[in-house]
Amino acid sequence: MIQFLQYLGKSTRTSFTKLGRGTYFLLQIISGILSVIPRPRLLLNQMYSIGVLSFLIITTSGLFVGMVLGLQGYYTLSDFGAEETLGVMVAASLVRELGPVVTALLFAGRAGSALTAEIGLMKATEQLSGMEMMAVDPIKRIISPRFLAGFLSMPLLAALFSAVGIIGGQLIGSGLLGVDEGAYWSQMQANLDFQDDIINGVIKSIVFGFVTSWIALFEGYDTIPTSEGVSRATTRTVVNSAFSILGLDFILTTLMFGDD
Amino acid sequence: MQHTSTQDTLVGLFVASGIVGLFFLALQVSNLSSFVEEDSYTITARFENSGGLKIKSPVSASGVKIGKVSNISFDPDTYQSVVQMSIYSKYNTLPDDTTASIFTAGLLGEQYVNLEPGGSDIFLQNGGKVEITQSAIILEKAIGQFLFKSAEEKK
Repeated sequence: MIQFLQYLGKSTRTSFTKLGRGTYFLLQIISGILSVIPRPRLLLNQMYSIGVLSFLIITTSGLFVGMVLGLQGYYTLSDFGAEETLGVMVAASLVRELGPVVTALLFAGRAGSALTAEIGLMKATEQLSGMEMMAVDPIKRIISPRFLAGFLSMPLLAALFSAVGIIGGQLIGSGLLGVDEGAYWSQMQANLDFQDDIINGVIKSIVFGFVTSWIALFEGYDTIPTSEGVSRATTRTVVNSAFSILGLDFILTTLMFGDD
Repeated sequence: MQHTSTQDTLVGLFVASGIVGLFFLALQVSNLSSFVEEDSYTITARFENSGGLKIKSPVSASGVKIGKVSNISFDPDTYQSVVQMSIYSKYNTLPDDTTASIFTAGLLGEQYVNLEPGGSDIFLQNGGKVEITQSAIILEKAIGQFLFKSAEEKK
């Protein structure tokens, strides 16, 4: 009994200290962002490894998700003779939910895990301490550019995902299944609102980009500097990112699309 | 690491394609023009029952959208529904004996206000009132009346 209480107390204490360290780390990152501006090269390198290298997987998955939505939506909607509204269904589900969420999950798997492993290994091989010895702040030099790059890439990737998905849905819907192309687009335009749908989707993707980059960098920075520690930190990045993305998505959806 | 200028180009391409994606969503997928407020003037109409009319429902004349519903309120004195519509300024030649009716697009579609111009030479101004109105047809009510009537006839 006492042991159980001890265990409970210990895990509460460690999770709270971790949360505290994470928040402090986030504040450090944000205060370090200003020093990225005079060195755009650092940001550019990270935009390349985070954004450009994720480009292919995001667009491919977007295309296939859109095509599957087109197929499934068509089968269901044609039961009601409403296949003309396929465009609305594909676009609304992509722009509101699937675009931001699936992009963020892929982003956590593709870019987040790489970030954690990179920073974790830097810590394990004492490169970060080496930088501090040379009076170079690793937060400003290493962490903040990566954070900013992830934060900026995520909305762009999510927008690409949705755009490619909508085109994929159109390819299947009007190319293969014979939904009228004009109806596909005009129904979509009539029923989707710029502010309510597009802007809210972009806000979601910004929030997810923020959270995913933060988790990935913190897990890397906070890792136990052994090879096992790095591997565990990488796993934690993907798992924790997925949980926070899905949880936050639920909260954001309730707030954004609650009263209609 | 690749040559820096190639990397620059790729990052540039990535950012450009992301922005193109956003623009595509804004322009092609949602109707951005409905977000930009067009110049419009307001007219009001009083209905006995405005049915399922909502704010932002379309206002059309001869099947063309000429504005949208901007506000719906209940008048506690006359027990009527006061529907405020903003009509695009380029359609400023609606006569003051225009009839406003609430129709449904399709059997189960959304409801909209249809304006049918009369023959008067005086045009509706900003803040003008549409005097002749026809309420929304409430399907349940119509079915109820029909059933009641056919039951009566059988007696």
